[in-house]
Amino acid sequence: MTARDAAVRIKGVSHQFGAAGDTQYVRALADTSLDIARGELLCLIGPSGCGKSTLLNVIGGLMTPSSGSVEVAAKPVRGPMPHDIAFVFQEHALFPWNTVIENVRLGMLFQGVPKSEHAARAKKSLEAVGLTEFANHYPSQLSGGMRQRAALARALSLETDILLMDEPFAALDEQTRMILGEDLSVLLARTEKTIVFVTHSLGEAVFLADRVAVFSARPGTIKKIMRVDEPHPRRPDFVTSEKFTALRNELYALLHDEIRKTVSESARSED
Amino acid sequence: MADRDERAAGWGSRAVQVGFLLVVLALWYLATNRWGVNRLLLPNPVAVWHQLLDVLRTGEFWPDLRVTLIELVVAFALSMTLGTAVGYFVSRTRYAIRVFDPLFAGIYSIPIILFLPLYVLFFGLGPASKIALGATISFFPIVLSTIAGLGNVDRTLVTAARSMGASEYQMFRYVLLPAALPVILSGLRIGFTVALLSIIGSEVIASLAGLGHHIVQLGEGMDMARMFAYIAFVVVIAAVLNSTVSFLEKRGRRRI
Repeated sequence: MTARDAAVRIKGVSHQFGAAGDTQYVRALADTSLDIARGELLCLIGPSGCGKSTLLNVIGGLMTPSSGSVEVAAKPVRGPMPHDIAFVFQEHALFPWNTVIENVRLGMLFQGVPKSEHAARAKKSLEAVGLTEFANHYPSQLSGGMRQRAALARALSLETDILLMDEPFAALDEQTRMILGEDLSVLLARTEKTIVFVTHSLGEAVFLADRVAVFSARPGTIKKIMRVDEPHPRRPDFVTSEKFTALRNELYALLHDEIRKTVSESARSED
Repeated sequence: MADRDERAAGWGSRAVQVGFLLVVLALWYLATNRWGVNRLLLPNPVAVWHQLLDVLRTGEFWPDLRVTLIELVVAFALSMTLGTAVGYFVSRTRYAIRVFDPLFAGIYSIPIILFLPLYVLFFGLGPASKIALGATISFFPIVLSTIAGLGNVDRTLVTAARSMGASEYQMFRYVLLPAALPVILSGLRIGFTVALLSIIGSEVIASLAGLGHHIVQLGEGMDMARMFAYIAFVVVIAAVLNSTVSFLEKRGRRRI
């Protein structure tokens, strides 16, 4: 991949929390390099604490890595880049005192979208996630799935090329996750966005991703990249296909040892 | 259904509250009329009622009420401005919160009214010492709630706003302030109440004018019925002021 095709270039990124020798010292991420192609959906999957969320925050400029660097749209990342990157967080992060549409408009206000465009863009992004009827509801009046849709609408209204999603469906029940995953796949087939999606779920990763980056146990680094050759939008019957099962099993095998390592290590540190 | 039950329970507790007050009044009446309690210790409630009507009719309470209200308004304006401003600056860094939050909480827990003699020495017997004391005492709940409100904003919301490019001002106006406002408003309400308490209290101890001052004068003149009438009058004024502030607090919460 040349620099021109890459939407995001991650170059030798390492990160640790605390200073060496400290009780709080944690090496979260070790020497990770990766190019993310324009328009692809990349899933980051790995055992808990492997640094996948850390990497996402580094890409988004919310965290400065201890070493290494990230380039987005051929510019070095030095802080949040609201015009290039939008986030969807695990806990929806909607402002509870604002309605859904106010949340969407506030995002645009922060990013600096001209006021005259707010109404049209808000309408479009709420339509895209199917929340038009709930525009004037407060987040507390919505179900968990609807809140994540609202958070997604807010991110879409920013019209960035890159979308970073940090376990956005983790707090939802299995059925809601499945539906949201299908809708996301449909939505993405229509846009040209580059998406980095952190998840714990093997099925979700195979269902959504063009490529899955599998992380090793802490200090995390990319152990293997698995390709999923299946066009978007992906249909529900993809889940029951042999191809899906084979890929899921392959992913499980890759992850299994790493998860064992993490579990035995945390058992040791708890003793 | 549940709504109706709740409302019925609300009326029920109101009835008990009113009933309690009626029982107290009845005991008061019986104590003075039947059980022969000394009128100098406890005046007859009917006499107090007539005195109260007289106080209201003559309007003689105005000069003292004006003094007390001016003291209250100035003291509260001072503590509100200083308390929220200092609270805002302290809440901006973890370090400042760690230093100042326990410090203010510690000072708040001592009875500041003990400094009244000192304040009278500094500011004289007039309204200035009452304003200074009221402002000092009400500063603490306001500054503490401002620190608590602004210091405990959900980090996810701050991060989300930062990722969308919120400026310093936008972060304050659209994230920190609305998140902290309910806590700050209840701090302001508590600040108002303690300002009122300490101002009337210090008027009773050492002053030249004000409602508290007038009550002490009547007591020293053994004019018990009229003194009780004034106490009742102050109770009503305080209740009106406090419920006005509570009402404003509720409105403020809804407006965010």
